[in-house]
Amino acid sequence: MNTAMVEAQGVRKSFGSTEILKGIDLRVERGSVTCLIGPSGSGKTTFLRCINHLEKVDAGRLYVDEQLVGYAERNGRLYEMKERQTARSRRTAGMVFQRFNLFPHMTVLENIVEAPVHVLGRPRSEVTAEAQTLLDRVGLGDRGHSYPQELSGGQQQRIAIARALAMKPRLMLFDEPTSALDPELVGEVLDVMKSLAEAGMTMVVVTHELGFARQVSDQVVFMDQGVVVESGAPADVLGNPQHERTQAFLSKVL
Amino acid sequence: MQQQHSLPATRQVTPAAPGESIPVVPLRHPLRLAIAVVLILVALSAAWDVAVNQRYHWDVVVSYLFAPQIMAGAGLTVLLTVVSMSVGIALGTVLAVMRLSANPIVSTISRGYIWFFRGTPLLVQLIFWFNIAALYPVIAFGLPLGGPSLVLGSANVLITPLGAALLGLSLNEAAYMAEIIRGGIGSVDKGQYDAARGLGMNSSQLMRRVILPQAMRVVLPPTGNQVISMLKGTALVSVLAISDLLYSAQIIYSNNYQTIPLLIVASLWYLLMTTILSFFQTKLERRYGRGFDAAPRRNFRSKTRSMTRSKTRTIR
Repeated sequence: MNTAMVEAQGVRKSFGSTEILKGIDLRVERGSVTCLIGPSGSGKTTFLRCINHLEKVDAGRLYVDEQLVGYAERNGRLYEMKERQTARSRRTAGMVFQRFNLFPHMTVLENIVEAPVHVLGRPRSEVTAEAQTLLDRVGLGDRGHSYPQELSGGQQQRIAIARALAMKPRLMLFDEPTSALDPELVGEVLDVMKSLAEAGMTMVVVTHELGFARQVSDQVVFMDQGVVVESGAPADVLGNPQHERTQAFLSKVL
Repeated sequence: MQQQHSLPATRQVTPAAPGESIPVVPLRHPLRLAIAVVLILVALSAAWDVAVNQRYHWDVVVSYLFAPQIMAGAGLTVLLTVVSMSVGIALGTVLAVMRLSANPIVSTISRGYIWFFRGTPLLVQLIFWFNIAALYPVIAFGLPLGGPSLVLGSANVLITPLGAALLGLSLNEAAYMAEIIRGGIGSVDKGQYDAARGLGMNSSQLMRRVILPQAMRVVLPPTGNQVISMLKGTALVSVLAISDLLYSAQIIYSNNYQTIPLLIVASLWYLLMTTILSFFQTKLERRYGRGFDAAPRRNFRSKTRSMTRSKTRTIR
C-alpha cells in the first residue's frame, strides 16, 4: 500500500525554542530523484538529517522504506528507539555531506571498507574487491591508497559517495554535495550523481545546482521557513513557479 | 597586449627567452654563520672543562654506573612509570568519556574526581595512601548499608609502600590524562560524528574506530610530557622509603659522600630513559599523524644546510 521510499506527514522539528520544520508533508517514490531547494535556513538540511535519524523528529510521522523513523509504534503509542536500533535503521540510507567528512586517518580504501567490515561484519577481502569496483565507478580506481587530504575536494566527494554506496543503501541522501567545491570541480561530482540516478537509485538531494535539478530530478521541492511552499515536476516548479516566494527565490538565483 | 604597448618604457629589462633558466644567487646569511661558530666554540669549551675537571670524579661515576643497587633502582623507576602511566591512561580515558557524557551525574562525578586529584599535592596523596590504614584498618568489599561483605584483610598488610606509591601515582595521573584526552576528543571535527553515525556505527564503534584514533594525534605530545614527568616524578616516592633510582643513589652517597658523581649516575640513567621514551613518542606521533601531515619531514641534514645558505622550498 505504502510504496514510497520516504513519506513525511506533518514532520516538525525544533532546536530549543526555534521551530525549524513546521509540518513537512512529502513523498519520495522508489527509484526517483527529489531535489530540495530553497534559501538557507529554510530547513532543507534539517529535514534531510531527520530522514537519516541524525536529528530526532519532534512531531508528525516520517517513514523511510515503510519504517517509522526513530520510534516504534505499538498499541497506539510511540516508543523511542534504542541507540542500536537507530544505528541499524540508518543503514537503509547512505549520506553524503557538504564537507565530505571522510575519515582523515584512513586511506581511501580503508574509508570505504570500514563500515561494511566493522558494522555489517562482512569479510574484508570480499568488501575490498567491491570497494575497488566502486572506486572505478567514481573514476578513482588508482587512488585507493591515498589519504583523503591528498585529494582534491571533488575527488574527496566522489570517495564519500563510494563510501556511502559500499553499505548498499536503498536510498541516498546528499546534503549540498557541491557547495564546498571549487567551481571547476562541481561537474565531476554531479556526473557521478547523474550516473547513480540513471542506475535507478532513489535520491534526495539538497542543492543549489538548479541545472542539475532541472536535468536529473523527477520532483523539485521548494522549501522556505520550515514549510514546503511548492513541489512538483522540475519543469513546473522551476519553469513556471506558482507561488510568489518561489518566484522571488528563483529570480535571485537564476 | 595593447595595454603593454601604451605603458611608457621606464627601464630596460632584457627579457629571458622562453624556456631559458635565469641564474639565481642565493641570499647569504653571514650573521647566522658567525653565531653558529661562536656557539660551537662555547659548547666545546664547556664540554672540555667538564671532561678534564677532576672534581667531577668520572672514575666514581663509571664505577657506580652499573652498580646493582642503581640497576635495581632504575628497574623500580621503570616499573612505577609503566604501571602508573598504563593505569593513568586507561582510567583517564574512562574519565574523559564520562566527562563528555550526556548523563549529568556521570559527568559531575568525573569532574569531581579531576577537581580533587589535580587540586591536591601528589606528595600529600602518596602519604595519604601510605597511611590509609589509619582511616580504614580493614579492607573489604561489601554491600552498602551494612550488607554482607567479603573481607580482604588488614590495610596495613595489603597496602605496601609499593602499593601506596602505585595507587597515588596512578590515580593522580588519571586526572591529568582525563583532561588531555578530553581535549583530544574535542579537537575532532563534529562532521566525523555525523559521517560515522550515518554509516550505522553505534557509540562504541564511533569512539574506537573514528574519534579516538584522530584524538591520538592531539593527545600524544602532552602524553609524552606526562610520561617523562612521571618518570622523574617517581622520585617523590622516596618519602615512602621505596628505593627507586634517585633514592638508591642517595643511599649510596650518604655513605661515601660522593654526592655529585652519584647524582650524575642517576641523571645519566634518567637521560637514557627519557631518550628512549622520546624515540617511541616520535614513532607513535608519526603513526597517528598519517593522513594529517602531508608535508615531508625535514631531516637534520637539510636543516644544517638551510642554516648556511637559503634553499628554495616547496610549500604545500
